Amino acid sequence: MSTVLAVKDLRVRFRIASPLQATLNQIEDPFIDAVRQVSFDIQHGETFTLVGESGSGKSTLALAVAGLLDTAEGKIEFLGEDVTNMTPQEMMAYRKQISFMWQNPVGSLSPRLSIGSLITEAYKIHGLKDRDLKAEAHRLLKLVGLPTHFTGRYPHQLSGGQARRVGVARALALDPKLIIADEPTAGLDVSVQGEILNLLNRLQDELGVSMFVITHNLNIVRHISNRTAIMYLGRFAEQGPTDDIFANPRHPYTLALLSANPEPDPESSIEDRIELKGEVPSLMNRPIGCEFHTRCPFIGKHCDTDFPPVQKVGEAHSLTCHYPRQP
Amino acid sequence: MSENVLTIRDLSIDYQTDRGVLKAMRHVNLDIPRGSIVGVVGESGCGKSTLISSIIRLLAPNANVPNGSIEFEDQDLLKLSQDQMRAIRGTKLSIIFQDPMSTLNPVLSIGRQMIDIQYRDKKTTSQKKQRSIDMLAKVGIPDPESRLNQFPHEFSGGMQQRISIAMALQAEPALLIADEPTTALDATLEVQIIHLLKELQTTMDCSILFISHHLGVIAELCQHVIVMYAGEVVEQGSTREIFNHPTHPYTAKLLECDPASISEKSRSLPTIPGEIPDLVDLPVGCVFKNRCDRSVEACDTVTPGWTEFGEHHFVSCHLVKS
Repeated sequence: MSTVLAVKDLRVRFRIASPLQATLNQIEDPFIDAVRQVSFDIQHGETFTLVGESGSGKSTLALAVAGLLDTAEGKIEFLGEDVTNMTPQEMMAYRKQISFMWQNPVGSLSPRLSIGSLITEAYKIHGLKDRDLKAEAHRLLKLVGLPTHFTGRYPHQLSGGQARRVGVARALALDPKLIIADEPTAGLDVSVQGEILNLLNRLQDELGVSMFVITHNLNIVRHISNRTAIMYLGRFAEQGPTDDIFANPRHPYTLALLSANPEPDPESSIEDRIELKGEVPSLMNRPIGCEFHTRCPFIGKHCDTDFPPVQKVGEAHSLTCHYPRQP
Repeated sequence: MSENVLTIRDLSIDYQTDRGVLKAMRHVNLDIPRGSIVGVVGESGCGKSTLISSIIRLLAPNANVPNGSIEFEDQDLLKLSQDQMRAIRGTKLSIIFQDPMSTLNPVLSIGRQMIDIQYRDKKTTSQKKQRSIDMLAKVGIPDPESRLNQFPHEFSGGMQQRISIAMALQAEPALLIADEPTTALDATLEVQIIHLLKELQTTMDCSILFISHHLGVIAELCQHVIVMYAGEVVEQGSTREIFNHPTHPYTAKLLECDPASISEKSRSLPTIPGEIPDLVDLPVGCVFKNRCDRSVEACDTVTPGWTEFGEHHFVSCHLVKS
């Protein structure tokens, strides 16, 4: 297996006060770190999922990987090439090989363009004029399981599930090597969620494309992903093979997330549930020591003073915690 | 006083559209017993939102109610004048919406908004303020007094939803309608909100109509479940009955295809093939027949009636024999 994407010690910062404001209000560091010290890689043909609460930096990380945000530190390598310092021309070539499925399926489609032109927009942008656009549109619609007469429809005529399929077709247009899917099932009904996940799984088997999926729905992670990372306040709390993480969650936050998942069974016991107290701390005011200690139910001796180093607990399984749970 | 807070009988709602009359809800019966939490499940387009708007009487102008009654606290809401209805909304009947960010006014402080909504009470402003502080403390917001001066954007999503719950419960309503209150939140916060609702429901003794498409949340919170499909109630009963013995083919399929209920890792998840029928041009017979794999001849011609399958467990399907 070859590595498609390798991210090393990535840091993404946002300015929260202008230089003048910072001087006047004596703010020492007028930046917040939305993503901090994040390292991971995605192999050819595999699905990597990123789980975390809203505001944990999931979407920021995805935008940075897609080259839509400037990075402060670290490297993003796509097929061995550094993405962070590309010229606009190189960036254009890079964007041809990755594609994005946006969170809001209907909102990401221009209401004034027909489905046919939406799907083939990428060919025009990348100057692929030799293609028969009509034939391509039909091919892509068939690929995602929509009837070909949909080329003449407009986004408002589609249901949520159909709009999501159009999003998939758009993402597949240029035969990308990597698809970044931000919340692919958000806002969809359970029966339609299954359809979209089956579609993504089938396309991955057929086309061998790698996928980077962002979600806060833990239920779907198990069925689609090979590896999973859990994000908290812009850092990875734990990452490893999905089966491992579900069977043996080691970081207290992962444990809490997994046990917080309400199950569709009125009999299920909630006795052993770990309920997190309090709210997610603000990025402007990161806790000292382990950043999770303010909500951690298993807080120990060094948690509020020392930052826990990244430790490996398995071949590809790593976490940041002073007192990981025993499997 | 009757034993139900809300009783809906044979309620139908039509929308006048360019394509013709859209029958969004047909012959819905629903009971909310006093002091209980009733869940409504169904996919988009099943009539959940129409149901809520009809209870709070905020239906779109093109809506029309051909038949039915909504009995709340011994009066038919559909027969009340706008002024009478306005007196009920917010005092006896409250609602929490899906997105806390758009529920709260961004340019007014939380305190201002919480005091404003008590405009009916003949109390002094300091009494109203004290009540807001008590309410915020009840929903678990630390240091409520100083937070009253803050604005909605200074709170996280979970906190904002707590504030809207506090505002909805401030007047101690008899019925609280919760329209997917946890959809915009994450798993850990979702659990917190569910616990909060459950706790407040017992301490404040109100009933809750809880709308969600998250089956896990329904299973955990509600005592009764109502399953809606294409504008009709297809099955209703106690949560235990519905989740353990789903009888209508739609309920069974819905439970089956929830990714949460599939514990084995699978690359191919079950789905419900087909689409919901066009509500302008309804099929004759059962509404679910085109997606049902167990349909019989009668499904094409006769609309199924209600069969009592067990105690308080009703199903509308030809296959079910009492």
